[in-house]
Amino acid sequence: MSRVIKILGTGCPKCQSMTKVVQTVITENNIDASIEKVEDMMDIMKYNIMTTPSLVIDDAITIKGRVPSKDEILALLI
Amino acid sequence: MFNWLQNFADWLIYSIFNIAPGSHLGTALNFFVYDTLKILILLFVIVFFMGIVNAYFPVERLKNYLQNTKLFGLEYVFSSIFGALTPFCSCSSVPLFIGFVQGGIPLGVTFSFLITSPLVNEVAIAMFIGMFGPKATLIYALSGILLGTLGGWLLGKLHLEPLLSDWVKQISNQNIQQNLYETEARTFYQRLPEIGRGAWSIVKDVLIYVIIGIAIGAAMHGFVPENFFSQYLGGGQWWTVPLAVLIAVPMYANAAAIVPIIDVFVAKGVPLGTAIAFMMATVGLSIPEATLLKKVMSLKLIAIFFGVITLAIIFSGFLFNLLL
Repeated sequence: MSRVIKILGTGCPKCQSMTKVVQTVITENNIDASIEKVEDMMDIMKYNIMTTPSLVIDDAITIKGRVPSKDEILALLI
Repeated sequence: MFNWLQNFADWLIYSIFNIAPGSHLGTALNFFVYDTLKILILLFVIVFFMGIVNAYFPVERLKNYLQNTKLFGLEYVFSSIFGALTPFCSCSSVPLFIGFVQGGIPLGVTFSFLITSPLVNEVAIAMFIGMFGPKATLIYALSGILLGTLGGWLLGKLHLEPLLSDWVKQISNQNIQQNLYETEARTFYQRLPEIGRGAWSIVKDVLIYVIIGIAIGAAMHGFVPENFFSQYLGGGQWWTVPLAVLIAVPMYANAAAIVPIIDVFVAKGVPLGTAIAFMMATVGLSIPEATLLKKVMSLKLIAIFFGVITLAIIFSGFLFNLLL
């Protein structure tokens, strides 16, 4: 089943490094997933979060306000 | 406390690089190595400590607490202290602002947080301890928190809610509780490595600014004549404080780069109060921040916000110069 990953953030450096880490994990492990960057503030606020970047996997918020490690993301995806 | 570091710098410069002690280059390099390492260590320790505090009291918890508890004015103080303890990231200031407003927290209390968050941040504190010592740091941090408290209270009294952007007005007062998600689930020891990693990544990000700032500072030490500033700025003329603040408001500089330069200003005769006011205006208010806030407030509200804080910083500059 394909996973839907969303990265919430207005494009700050931290959000970009989160996108990079997630991208790497997906490619390295051949995970079937799509990445969408949510950059519009009004859309971001619908998730009821207060710190960015945040990681949303299949509509559940998993990480917020920090850049996770590769292992952490892998654990969330498998 | 940092004697061993001085020994290390001596050993590195005089023995390994073989530069003569007392030479101009030797002294400058020694100073540079010592200062840079000292500040990086301080920075890591402080960021790590703040990471622990934040793991226990995430900002969501503060928000829920402010929403559910009647505090009779103390909410401004709490909000301001929390702003100081939360690691500042400009990309989070807008979501934080909206989160507070959404929860029905008064605008003034939200402003208290917004004022102190960039003003008293982990980088500024570490640099201040390293360059000016604990006493000046305490004065800086406490006055920053006081400024946030009073500034927020004053802005709250002005009833500025109509000046928020329309979409923010629509979502306000929904009294939504913030979920705490992951934060509750794991133990302290499980989170410790991640806090350490977070601290390290902050240190890594500002490393280049620390080096640039200290290098510029070291160079200025040599080139700017003694009492240069005191001739023009330090003679106690009353207008020097507002001038320094007004120059600094539109400017944005990382605290890591600005403190070593301020250190030179002070060494060359600028009163400490004027220097602190300059620093506060640089890190606390800036054009990039105004641009971010434009998404949630009208220009008029941003102007009022900046105006009130600018006046407060000028006033505290006068006060420091009287007291210090």
